[in-house]
Amino acid sequence: MPKLTIDGIELEVAPGTSVLQACEQLGIEVPRFCYHEKLSVPANCRMCLVEMEKAPKPIASCAMPCGEGMVIKTDTETVHKARKGVMEFLLINHPLDCPICDQGGECDLQDQAVGYGFDRGRYGEEKRAVKDKNLGPLIKTIMTRCIHCTRCIRFSDEIAGVSVMGATGRGEHMEIGTYVEAAVSSEMSGNLVDVCPVGALTSKPYAFTARPWELRKTESVDVLDAVGSNIRIDTRGGEVLRILPRLNEAVNEEWISDKTRYAHDGLKRQRLDRPYIRENGKLRAASWEEALALAATKLKGSAPEKIAAIAGDLADAESLLALKDLLGGMGVASLESRQDGSAIDATSRAGYIFNSTIAGIEQADHVFLIGTNPRWEGALVNARIRKRYLQGGLTVTVLGPRVDLTFPIEHLGNDATLLNAIADGSHPYAETLKAAKKPLLILGSGALARPDGAAVWAAARAVAEACGLVREDWNGFNVLHRAASRVGALDLGFLPAKGGRDLAGILDGARKGEVEVVYLLGADEIEAQHFGRAFVIYQGHHGDRGAHRADLILPGAAYTEKNATYVNTEGRAQHTRQATFPVGEAREDWKIIRALSGALGKPLPYDTLQQLRKRLADANPAFAQIDRVTPAAWGAFGTAGAVAAAPFTLPVENFYMTDAISRASATMAECTEAFVSPAVAERTGTHG
Amino acid sequence: MSASETPAGPATFEFTADNLALAQRIIAKYPEGRQASAVMPLLDLAQRQHDNWLPRAAMDYVAGMLGMAPIRVYEVASFYTMYNLKPVGKHFVQVCTTTPCWLRGSDEVLAACKRKLGIGPGETTADGQFTVVEVECAGACVNAPVISLDDVYYEDLDGPSTEALLDTLIRGEKPKPGPQNGRINSAPIGGPTTLIEMAQRNGVKPASQE
Repeated sequence: MPKLTIDGIELEVAPGTSVLQACEQLGIEVPRFCYHEKLSVPANCRMCLVEMEKAPKPIASCAMPCGEGMVIKTDTETVHKARKGVMEFLLINHPLDCPICDQGGECDLQDQAVGYGFDRGRYGEEKRAVKDKNLGPLIKTIMTRCIHCTRCIRFSDEIAGVSVMGATGRGEHMEIGTYVEAAVSSEMSGNLVDVCPVGALTSKPYAFTARPWELRKTESVDVLDAVGSNIRIDTRGGEVLRILPRLNEAVNEEWISDKTRYAHDGLKRQRLDRPYIRENGKLRAASWEEALALAATKLKGSAPEKIAAIAGDLADAESLLALKDLLGGMGVASLESRQDGSAIDATSRAGYIFNSTIAGIEQADHVFLIGTNPRWEGALVNARIRKRYLQGGLTVTVLGPRVDLTFPIEHLGNDATLLNAIADGSHPYAETLKAAKKPLLILGSGALARPDGAAVWAAARAVAEACGLVREDWNGFNVLHRAASRVGALDLGFLPAKGGRDLAGILDGARKGEVEVVYLLGADEIEAQHFGRAFVIYQGHHGDRGAHRADLILPGAAYTEKNATYVNTEGRAQHTRQATFPVGEAREDWKIIRALSGALGKPLPYDTLQQLRKRLADANPAFAQIDRVTPAAWGAFGTAGAVAAAPFTLPVENFYMTDAISRASATMAECTEAFVSPAVAERTGTHG
Repeated sequence: MSASETPAGPATFEFTADNLALAQRIIAKYPEGRQASAVMPLLDLAQRQHDNWLPRAAMDYVAGMLGMAPIRVYEVASFYTMYNLKPVGKHFVQVCTTTPCWLRGSDEVLAACKRKLGIGPGETTADGQFTVVEVECAGACVNAPVISLDDVYYEDLDGPSTEALLDTLIRGEKPKPGPQNGRINSAPIGGPTTLIEMAQRNGVKPASQE
């Protein structure tokens, strides 16, 4: 524990702390461009110079580890002069185009030039100009602005795991780019925009849209996958203009996936802005009174066993509970939240959450992936595994389709029966698992949606139990969900009650006419023809598959438009916050259900969000613990049985389009065109 | 620097059997897990095999051989000026124009190249026989000015001797390497100027030019 003095203040820091980090602990601001907490330290921008006693010249504080008895000065004339010198060099080739630069107002160089810049230049020669690069549909480049901090190179190398960025040429001719023209094909590429301290890499969809000071910032949570990334929604007027990551070390650190960041333009398209009623095969606009009355008539007109409800992947916990309370109160037993047909149920909470927690991945020394592509099903989970891999000493084994996960893997093949063999110890891999100190198993949600999903689930539990993954101090059994609503729905038991139908039963019943009314709470992943002649009520925010089939549409709110609770795959309850108002006559989802209960003459016992949240916490204490994960007790789950030999298939075919919002997004369509279609064409040989 | 500024080159590249064996010997020099250190000698080998320039296919091939991301190889190849990313003439005339050579008349050397071949620095003759480039210090200042050509130094040049040198090459002959003005290596012109007395004292003949 070295002790040092900074600006006359003595402090003790952990070994290996750099001088810059020590300064930050004291709240002393040190300017920097190349240094980034999450990336390696190249010390090439030289902006963080400080004075160290007994050193002949200023030192780069980001790369200087604290030593015993060091005396650092950060606010002397020498330091200021040195930093001013560095700044002058940086500005030699930097264009003075701040007025037309998208980074303006939130630019590190602009901010620091205020502190260390000179009010005129002494450089009379010609400035250098650099050709812009094409990095694909998400990142716009103006390379003349680049100050060669190399953060983007380090980010793509270290965090994203795709080594495509580099510095070519030398000296005056050095350029940052990909050399061969190629879009940065990574599900994390949008973060390059955030790490760039200047306006060289900016967001293409956001180009020339707004200035940071015009934006209203709302701290919220992403729902386009089950990771629950913490985000900041920037809005102006009623429009979401961009989404940025928000620091949460336990979940997403400071990154978000490209879908999280760029799918928000889907919030402006295909929206359901008013109730609609289907008459003679055509949808016509209706008033809320009319729509609610019709829904009430239909619900009252059918026997409870002929009514079913299916909740979609974006449904929030409040509306799930309200719908369960409403329909459950009427005696409806056929409630379903697993629209992928998953066999998962709520028998044991430890059986359906990510027990190790995402941050816990960093303690693991072995990861066993079953039937999942975490890169596409939970990009931040994959980034965390990669982070652990880079720390060294992590091995990863995959059972399922082979995909590039940005770190080396051992491939066991794609024979699902191996799960049984590993569980009974007859497969040699069982020994590897047993030998690991903190082994971690990640079961993909796609593996549970197979016809023998219950057996897969049980077999995974058997593997966890037989190979010592579940211990007093460590639970290495994890399910990686894709749907933001799933864990919340399971926590609330939005599942078939006794005598109720599950998904297959509901669809079968609808086809046969045994189910007369189906209530879809944002369920968009089921093909229309499956509903037969049933009367379909669709409550949701996008005119996607569900709405196309619907006989009655109740317009709800998207995740940026409501205060709602979502539980991520770890079982962490988090709140989204309303950044804009729902479009048109659309309303927050739980309020629609509350209004419907009034129309049915059975009003639900809550009128405010606070009352509903209290009811949520009563239903499951997990909802009272916001942004915390309570360890779940281990219990039995799944149905023991032989796992079929069928290979695992991956549930996500296109990372960029997995839900109603991203399917409506033009940016995501461009990404599909740029990144997914060429790969598919290559695989199937239909290219060109 | 980007790939669009260089010619596409061949679609594939492979070492010849001899070069492959040599490449393997080079890689074996580095400890396990540090194979990427062999990137520079391997690029040089590839360049020698491929008419003294590196097409992208060759860089990709080296990257694959060493398990490196291609961009890491492009970075190395574009950083060092001795890797040519564009085709060059059969004879690659590298004229040193750094201060000592310049003071000793490298301008004359360049002018002679221009007279004889009709090309300036950075250009290649139409028949693809010669490329002339300016290089920074070749490290032979004692024999300035120098030309480095096909792995050999031609030193103590002036206008006429440069022209003679190029004439020899045009005739398809190999010129005599080293000083072109009769000097032996870097011994003084016109006989020794130091240690003369000592040689006399010891009864030996002072070293002379011939």
